[in-house]
Amino acid sequence: MASAAKKLLMDPFFDNNPVTVQVLGICSALAVTVKVDTAIVMTLALTAVVALSNFVISLLRNVIPSGIRMIVEMAVIATLVIIADQLLQAFLFDISKQLSVFVGLIITNCIVMGRAEAFALQNPPKDSFLDGLGSGLGYGIVLITVASIREILGFGKWFGITLPFGENFTGNGLALLAPGAFIILGLLIWLQRTITKKVEE
Amino acid sequence: MELLSIAVKAIFIENILLAYFLGMCSFLACSKKVDTAIGLGFAVIFVLTITLPVNWAIHHFLLAPGALSWVPGIELGGLDLSFLNFICFIATIASMVQLVEMILDKFFPKLYHSLGIFLPLITVNCAILGGSLFMVEREYGFIQSTVFGFSSGVGWLLAIASMAAIRKKLRYSHIPDGLKGLGITMIVTGLMAMAFMCFSGIDL
Repeated sequence: MASAAKKLLMDPFFDNNPVTVQVLGICSALAVTVKVDTAIVMTLALTAVVALSNFVISLLRNVIPSGIRMIVEMAVIATLVIIADQLLQAFLFDISKQLSVFVGLIITNCIVMGRAEAFALQNPPKDSFLDGLGSGLGYGIVLITVASIREILGFGKWFGITLPFGENFTGNGLALLAPGAFIILGLLIWLQRTITKKVEE
Repeated sequence: MELLSIAVKAIFIENILLAYFLGMCSFLACSKKVDTAIGLGFAVIFVLTITLPVNWAIHHFLLAPGALSWVPGIELGGLDLSFLNFICFIATIASMVQLVEMILDKFFPKLYHSLGIFLPLITVNCAILGGSLFMVEREYGFIQSTVFGFSSGVGWLLAIASMAAIRKKLRYSHIPDGLKGLGITMIVTGLMAMAFMCFSGIDL
């Protein structure tokens, strides 16, 4: 793979991660991370939406009048989210029920809108698609890490498989509740910034 | 009494930000100063209170399964357009925000100038769309939706205003380098969410 394309795809994984570095899309990153399987489904849905919306908006970038570009972007994104939601309801009904309103909230997920505004409007379709794919997967990495920590601490399971902690293990209920999610993400951000030595003033 | 229960639930027990994580992006970006935070909080209350009843009407009279049966002449009762919820809700929110902006500019210029910069931001605040989606999921009626919208907004204001106050104090404390900024904000939000969980025993 050409190095430029590789950079587009890999950069959001760690160095320029949409959640921990750019601070986008935190809402759903916290809400759907009680279990690993919901986190994976959410990642797939968001990655599909952001990659395809980047692709479509990039194809249209020369014909969208700049005054109404937000509305056009919203319409493209909302259409893709409706398709994703219908597919989830058709094939993964249980998980779709667990995700409840958060599939719909992909529309207002800042990552999708942010990539469309910042990248797809200036770049050709192929690059935009890769950029969207990278951002979606970078978001997914954070989601799956947080979900793994919460599921292991809270249920003593990973991906639904009971881990060999012995009979004396009792789940830590806090990890499953909202405060646990905030604190775990805060600690992950701390870890990442310690590794990259980036300091926010 | 039922309405009071919805209000208390939306403000304290199931705070839209601290229990459902909605509106985190603007919460993190705009909680650096108390004035800004309060301005944005009031704008959110305003828009939520207006969009929820409007979206309720759209859902109830146009999109819900069998909602179109009031149309005379044509048989539309069997139609289920609820898959159009997302796109209609976001369009309503965007146009309501625009409308509110124009009305405020014309009749309350002072309020407009203090809220002005925040209003466009609210279109993409997930708390607003989330409010509408929760309303559909929980099957609220018209008045219930309005109360739910208003009190969700109040809950959001409460959270962002207290966060801004805490962040002001944090500036004078010694925080490890990597934790500065986003990291400590997330952890403090976690502690706030824990504090709000104490309300969860309240039952009306």
